Amino acid sequence: MVTEKQHIDKTLIPILERVSDPEIPVLSIIDMGVVRSAVFENNIVKVQITPTYSGCPAMDVIGDDIKKALKDAGYQSEIKLILAPAWTTDWITPRGRKALEDYGIAAPLDAEADKDVLLHGKRLVKCPQCGSTNTKLVSQFGSTACKALFKCDDCQEPFDYFKCLK
Amino acid sequence: MMKHENLYKYIIGIADNSLILGQRMGELCGHGPSLETDIACTNISLDLFGQVRSYYQYAAKIAGDNRTEDDIAMLRKEREYVNVLLVEQPNTDFAYIMTRHFLFDMYHYMFLQELQKSQDLTLSAIATKSIKEVSYHLRFSTDWIKRLGDGTEESHSKMQNAIDDLWTYTDELFHLTDADKAMVKAGVGVDVTKLKDTYYTKVSEILQEATLEVPESKYFQKGGKQGIHTEHMGYLLAELQYMQRAYPNMEW
Repeated sequence: MVTEKQHIDKTLIPILERVSDPEIPVLSIIDMGVVRSAVFENNIVKVQITPTYSGCPAMDVIGDDIKKALKDAGYQSEIKLILAPAWTTDWITPRGRKALEDYGIAAPLDAEADKDVLLHGKRLVKCPQCGSTNTKLVSQFGSTACKALFKCDDCQEPFDYFKCLK
Repeated sequence: MMKHENLYKYIIGIADNSLILGQRMGELCGHGPSLETDIACTNISLDLFGQVRSYYQYAAKIAGDNRTEDDIAMLRKEREYVNVLLVEQPNTDFAYIMTRHFLFDMYHYMFLQELQKSQDLTLSAIATKSIKEVSYHLRFSTDWIKRLGDGTEESHSKMQNAIDDLWTYTDELFHLTDADKAMVKAGVGVDVTKLKDTYYTKVSEILQEATLEVPESKYFQKGGKQGIHTEHMGYLLAELQYMQRAYPNMEW
């Protein structure tokens, strides 16, 4: 049975919080939910991370950055990439969602929110610039694997929407 | 003969489809009909390559002969690739690109749904991860089938041509190789023959919604799963393998 709970040693949290996604620098890997465990084993920190998307090119960099941050703090570490359980946008913390919005990326809603827009259903995705929900989907696929491209019909600004993945 | 030969072949069979389709979609980088579709196609390519890495890493571990994921992806000969013929078909025009993608996505989605139940925990983990991405692919290609099929007179006729041409490659998706049969028996593999009826029903529903005619031809091409490919495969591999062949062992 795989557990969806994170196991992160308390002393390591401040160190890992300094590591961020290179493509979304405002979002720490802790708030993004990609660190699944970080524990001491025989004086070595064993870290398990999981990719947001299978082809996410940021994972290698994130692994290197974790190693470096831990080394700067005086710890040896081993990084392991795990696939199960699969990452979901539900693992982004409330603080992470706020950081995304402050940065100009709309945080993920439920799975059907972007489809609703396309099918003229309820408009739910809020423009991170002006707060209007009068927005529309431009493309399901945006600047990175995890984002879709939206446009606000009120302030006319284009913006990224962090795709819902469940 | 390697210890887990059937499992190895089974993994390669799944992965090669995604590698070759990923390469076709990647060819559109900088050549998409619009910026958004260009980015979408290359994003899909990236998803597929990401999934492929997980499969080939697992295959390399099973092979246990010091080959890496890159060796498996880049250094086999044409006859050693076992992807279905559908995914190697060329990017003739955008109607072909979306039709090929749609015909594969529908299969891919249904296949991964079943693979999640595999008794092989690595395969089931890859399937659970991948299906989230593939559901976006299927949504994207389905939307385009409807938009182009039920679009202008020209887009409709181009879509109908693409469907009529590519239809002949769909049946092969549901053939079982000997390795597949062994893996189905072991509770590891998916019995794709059981997906066939639902596949054609679902595909037909969408084609009808797109005002397209469902081809009635019962003549189907096969061979890819045995390594016998169409003429397009060699050109595709030439591009895919060029760097590794010209500069052996190069890395990023």
